[in-house]
Amino acid sequence: MARIAGVNIPTQKRVVIALQYIHGIGPKFAEKICTGVGIPAERRVSQLTDAEVLQIREAIDRDYMVEGDLRREVSQNIKRLMDLGCYRGLRHRKGLPVRGQRTHTNARTRKGPAKPIAGKKKA
Amino acid sequence: MTRSVWKGPFVDGYILKKAEKTRASGRNEVIKIWSRRSTILPHFVGLTFGVHNGQKHIPVSVSEDMVGHKFGEFAPTRTFPGHGGDKKAVKK
Repeated sequence: MARIAGVNIPTQKRVVIALQYIHGIGPKFAEKICTGVGIPAERRVSQLTDAEVLQIREAIDRDYMVEGDLRREVSQNIKRLMDLGCYRGLRHRKGLPVRGQRTHTNARTRKGPAKPIAGKKKA
Repeated sequence: MTRSVWKGPFVDGYILKKAEKTRASGRNEVIKIWSRRSTILPHFVGLTFGVHNGQKHIPVSVSEDMVGHKFGEFAPTRTFPGHGGDKKAVKK
């Protein structure tokens, strides 16, 4: 069992893929970490030695912001905007798109599932 | 695309003059401005600006966090009256 950066225990997969299960590490950072520690691409997590796991852990601790810290920072940034009373903050408060997208249609990611309008009938 | 650093922050010149004047006079009155596109500079902190929203001037007292934003961000230009005839009280 490999336990890296808190709770993440991805095994049986290639190291580059498994590292991406950590929040804050995508393809690019995973690749960087692997080359930094010197792990070949086809190596699985279960085949890692303890020393290598330790090295990966250290590399992540040193160079990257992951999991809880990252989530906290992101939500703090959003909170800052909301407290400031600026346009972006208002959009966050209302749960609407922040970057000027259209809201006449679409915008479903931010608005959630479509709500039916009472009293509107087909022609 | 981010603005080039070598250009420095964009501010309409008249705001600098007005801000300096109010600073010198010592009274903390609302400085009416129309330039929503200007960046809020560190030495505007503590002053109150009346930012035009197309209709009237919205008072914005500048705090430290606001530095780097534009004045226009703090004076919404649209009022959303709400949907249907359900709630008339929802107005800002």
